[in-house]
Amino acid sequence: MSQGFRSYLPKSDALNMALLALLLVIILPMSMDIFRLNLVGKYLTYAFVALGLVLCWGYGGILSLGQGVFFGLGGYCMAMFLKLEASSPENTAIQSTPGIPDFMDWNQLTALPWFWEPFHNFGFTLIAVIMVPVIFAFIISVAMFKRRVGGVYFAIITQAVAAILTILIIGQQGYTGGVNGITDLRTLKGWDIRTDEAKYILYFVCVGFLFASLFLAQFIRKSKLGRLLVAMRDKEDRVRFSGYDVSNFKIFVFCAAAAFSAIGGAMFTLQVGFMSPTFVGIVPSIEMVIFCAVGGRLSILGAVYGTLIVNWAKTSFSESFPELWLFAMGALFIGVVMAFPDGLAGVYSSKIEPRLKALLASFRSAKPQPPAQSTPPAAPKAPVSPKPLETLETLESGS
Amino acid sequence: MTTPNTATNTDFVLAVEGLTVSFDGFKAVNDLSFYVDENEIRVIIGPNGAGKTTVLDLICGRTKATEGSIKFRNKELTKMKEHQIVHAGVGRKFQNPSIYDDLTVFENLEISFPRGRNVWGALTFKRTAEVINKVEEIADMIFLKDQLNKQAALLSHGQKQWLEIGMLLIQDPELLMLDEPVAGMSVAERKQTAELLNKITKNRSVIVIEHDMQFVADIANRVTVLHQGKVLSEGTMDRVQNDPKVKEVYLGH
Repeated sequence: MSQGFRSYLPKSDALNMALLALLLVIILPMSMDIFRLNLVGKYLTYAFVALGLVLCWGYGGILSLGQGVFFGLGGYCMAMFLKLEASSPENTAIQSTPGIPDFMDWNQLTALPWFWEPFHNFGFTLIAVIMVPVIFAFIISVAMFKRRVGGVYFAIITQAVAAILTILIIGQQGYTGGVNGITDLRTLKGWDIRTDEAKYILYFVCVGFLFASLFLAQFIRKSKLGRLLVAMRDKEDRVRFSGYDVSNFKIFVFCAAAAFSAIGGAMFTLQVGFMSPTFVGIVPSIEMVIFCAVGGRLSILGAVYGTLIVNWAKTSFSESFPELWLFAMGALFIGVVMAFPDGLAGVYSSKIEPRLKALLASFRSAKPQPPAQSTPPAAPKAPVSPKPLETLETLESGS
Repeated sequence: MTTPNTATNTDFVLAVEGLTVSFDGFKAVNDLSFYVDENEIRVIIGPNGAGKTTVLDLICGRTKATEGSIKFRNKELTKMKEHQIVHAGVGRKFQNPSIYDDLTVFENLEISFPRGRNVWGALTFKRTAEVINKVEEIADMIFLKDQLNKQAALLSHGQKQWLEIGMLLIQDPELLMLDEPVAGMSVAERKQTAELLNKITKNRSVIVIEHDMQFVADIANRVTVLHQGKVLSEGTMDRVQNDPKVKEVYLGH
């Protein structure tokens, strides 16, 4: 039993997860005011997307440049519920049609559109947050992968989908709130989400969902399906001629990535208090890929750190040089891809971790026999393998 | 050899009849017919561009036939998808060693273990004692028992070829198709491979594409010579070697 559990969560992974938990649950909340913590909470919602990209792109080799679509759909589903609650007939008594969202009234709509109706129900909304993006991802991926569209073509199509959805949302202002998005969200089942206390709670809910997603991703990655994804990325035909219907696995991982992104989107809406097409389009979608690449596209924890670091840099950098940020971001992406193709996690596992281990080992051996201390630091150089991935895998399976 | 009259059911393991594939008008395989018996080792030879690899591609479903039929144990393969053909019992080794570089030898073999082949099955797949024993048994057979935890990318070329053969063996196919299994191997490796093939070809039918004539003579029951997408000659190695048509094609004018 515990043997099986260990194969899904080896000691080193468990330790790294615990460190992340320590950072997110204790260190950051203790050291930051609610404004900064809320910002971290917002960044963490992007980490859900980056996490999905690790599975989809890092493991499966399927680069999607349209993850903002699923983030946005999840976020919009949540926003529709909150908006309806904020648009009670009492709150909107001054409108020409009370009881419908304000932007509908401004656009001369006189009744709530049919697809808004079910979002009065919170249970339906929770299901829709996941299911709407997943069904959409399913349709896209079935259409593409069953026809064996892959690689660059798939990336371009996802990007086109992101562009189309943005245009659709902006164009259908009366139904979607247009370019402003859905704003002025107030309460969740009567609970005011704008107070500091609510923001604290939502931050911890977000961290909770993030860890649930991390564990799920870890399970997928460590199952045979995870190894199959790596195999498919490498030699798709060999997998096919080993008796697997390759497209089904691609559809699965694409939908899983969409589901993670959707949870992130919904948490974004709750913590930030609005949803707009700026989080759906091409630019945010590519940014998410950068978060994932910086963190290391083969590491689910790397994705979280990558997202936090890039966003922290973005916030502090763009506070002083707003117009330079995009250039810096582009340079960062190019730099990471050229110098550290496996991102921060790759640097960690190939450079830092072996040294840490050697350090630990030398501390342990230092007590009984001090002379050994001088030799171990040289030893770690040898086991460092040519490919960071190998180090990652062997370190994990080795423990 | 008696030839069955029509594309009806036969007691052959594999019956290829009237098979034609045309790429933009060029017929890589042209009205090809041949039959493989139970437990037979059939070697397909022929000059470059004769359509050898294309025939294997057609049988395993990688290329769709323009015309004709391929029946495996009387099941029509031309309408089936690749993974269904594998499930029916046809295994195929590619010309270049086709293994998963980023995975270990053990994981390479494990993926080919015929269980948990759908999404749910792969998620809930457990590394049971049965799987481990089978992987070790096959690894022993393909001379890689000591390399199970090695990353596959680090194997030598010959070892990669063996690994891929091992990946097929673990599927336990009834029809095994090997595309140039000894290409690029050293003399010693060739000998080992011939031994291996003799071991693994028991109780199944095998189609091998090979250029190395010594190797062909060592393993073949019967030889089919392809030329320009058609059967030029068929029979025992001796017969084929002495066929004037074959001599002409190989030696030119």
